[in-house]
Amino acid sequence: MIRKSKSDIRNFLLHLLLSLLGAIMIYPLVWMFFASFKTNDEIFNSVRLLPAEFNLDGYILGWKGNRQIGFNTFLINTLKLVVPTVIFTVISSPLVAYGFARFRFPFHRILFALMLSTLMLPNTVLVVPRYIMFRNFGWLDTYLPFTIPALLATAPFYTFMIYQFLRSLPVELDESAKIDGLGPIGILLRILLPLLKPAIFSAAVFQLIWTWNDFFNVLIFVPSVNKYTLSLGLRMMMDIEAASAWNQIMAMSVVAILPCALFFFFTQRYFVEGIATTGLKG
Amino acid sequence: MKIKPRIREINKYQYWGYLFITPWIIGFIVLQLYPLLASLNYSFTDFNMLNDPRYIGFQNYIRMFTKDVNFSQSVKVTLIRVLFAVPMKIIFALMVAMLLNIRLKGMNFYRTIFYLPSIFGGSVAISVLWKFLFMREGLINRLLSVFSIKPVDWLGNPDIALFTVSLVTIWEFGSSMVLFLAGLKQIPRELYEAAKIDGASLLKQFYYVTLPLLTPIVFFNLVMQTINAFQEFTTPFVITSGGPAKSTYLYAMLIYENGFKFLKMGYASALSWLMFIAIIIITALVFKSSPYWVYYGDGGST
Repeated sequence: MIRKSKSDIRNFLLHLLLSLLGAIMIYPLVWMFFASFKTNDEIFNSVRLLPAEFNLDGYILGWKGNRQIGFNTFLINTLKLVVPTVIFTVISSPLVAYGFARFRFPFHRILFALMLSTLMLPNTVLVVPRYIMFRNFGWLDTYLPFTIPALLATAPFYTFMIYQFLRSLPVELDESAKIDGLGPIGILLRILLPLLKPAIFSAAVFQLIWTWNDFFNVLIFVPSVNKYTLSLGLRMMMDIEAASAWNQIMAMSVVAILPCALFFFFTQRYFVEGIATTGLKG
Repeated sequence: MKIKPRIREINKYQYWGYLFITPWIIGFIVLQLYPLLASLNYSFTDFNMLNDPRYIGFQNYIRMFTKDVNFSQSVKVTLIRVLFAVPMKIIFALMVAMLLNIRLKGMNFYRTIFYLPSIFGGSVAISVLWKFLFMREGLINRLLSVFSIKPVDWLGNPDIALFTVSLVTIWEFGSSMVLFLAGLKQIPRELYEAAKIDGASLLKQFYYVTLPLLTPIVFFNLVMQTINAFQEFTTPFVITSGGPAKSTYLYAMLIYENGFKFLKMGYASALSWLMFIAIIIITALVFKSSPYWVYYGDGGST
């Protein structure tokens, strides 16, 4: 009995500590959510979390935007950028991962090491020559600088994640499929892909959220306002509004991150597994 | 051990592998290798994209060290940031992971909460939020005034702006935490039991059991987080635009401004290459140091 109550106290204290820490961690996010329903006056004059009354002005005015271009354009642009990028990633990464995981061709080791080493290749180093290159290709102001790299599996994170998962599937599967007369493509499509679904889904989830939030690359490769994504639109709004309409800025920030947050809540197990299996992500 | 020969055996198709990795080979050559070499080439030129590049030897490199005051300033603040934010983030992630590793109901819920900020990465919305929290008349200062503490100029004071901006990164410790959690779950319970029998206190258990077994993960986090920290751009760009007094003018902003604001592509390429070399050297040093502090269960042969 004594032992039990002692561990009860310990558990209680632990819960207390964790909920306190957790509350501090997400308080800013919760605060932003509720602030988006406040009037501008209330945002600056009250420290209360909940709004006095739920006011949708921030959303209505913010959504219209202030030049001719509103957030509906930014949202559509974001989707035009994100959806093909995710689809291409999901097609290309399993192919490359399969090539590395199941075939031992000459120079396999060197090529694989090269691919892994690009994990540490800083994007910032490549951005200047890539800009010049994409400009010569006529790709600026299109989303090709995002979709084509995805099609060519240049983000080793996803390939490696699926590779790790593939390595955990027994080779006997391939062998018996071969006896049944399947070739390399048949084995991938009929046998391995169905089993790889969780890993592929993890890759899709990561790619979706990172591309959705990307700012630096869009800033550089997409100069025109009518091609801006949500991130760029938000930044522009903040520059123009300066300190005036924080309720609109907050509302549009919520618009920009709420889809990601909801998506995360429904798919979080894939996140955790994705990170744990690759041991990656910065 | 068995797998390798077996794969070879079943694959008389081994050359099919090339077919599957072809997309990556093209991508690697065109989108990674070529740009890397091209920027090395540009780094020896004067190039504004209107005229053809003109070779000027090492002048770009000489200029950074002798004439560009922004260069030394941004190197300084970037190093401070890396040295401050990376260890803080790792320590924080480890501490929270240790707490979450205790078997208790509801741990998955806490894990979700702690991980949530990390999914937003360097997003603009989070930077906007941060700016609002730490503005002079922002939420933090108003909360402080409730406790009658004087407002702090979080973003306007050059001495603390870098700290304030770096807090975002530390706040997003989720992925390091998940890695530590996965590592902690793999430590055999027997080790702790043995330590307890030997009379080791909790602190000693941490120091002699937990920490050594986690060093590979610490190592991995250290490498990846350092590389990322060098590249940080969005948060300082959106929150402070590098100010006040260039106190948050990180290296990525220096590259951005030279390349895309002043169109000095040659100079920006030289800056990029210097960063690349710096990252390689630092990573190599961390790797070199690893035998002295990273514990590998298999005796160190990777």
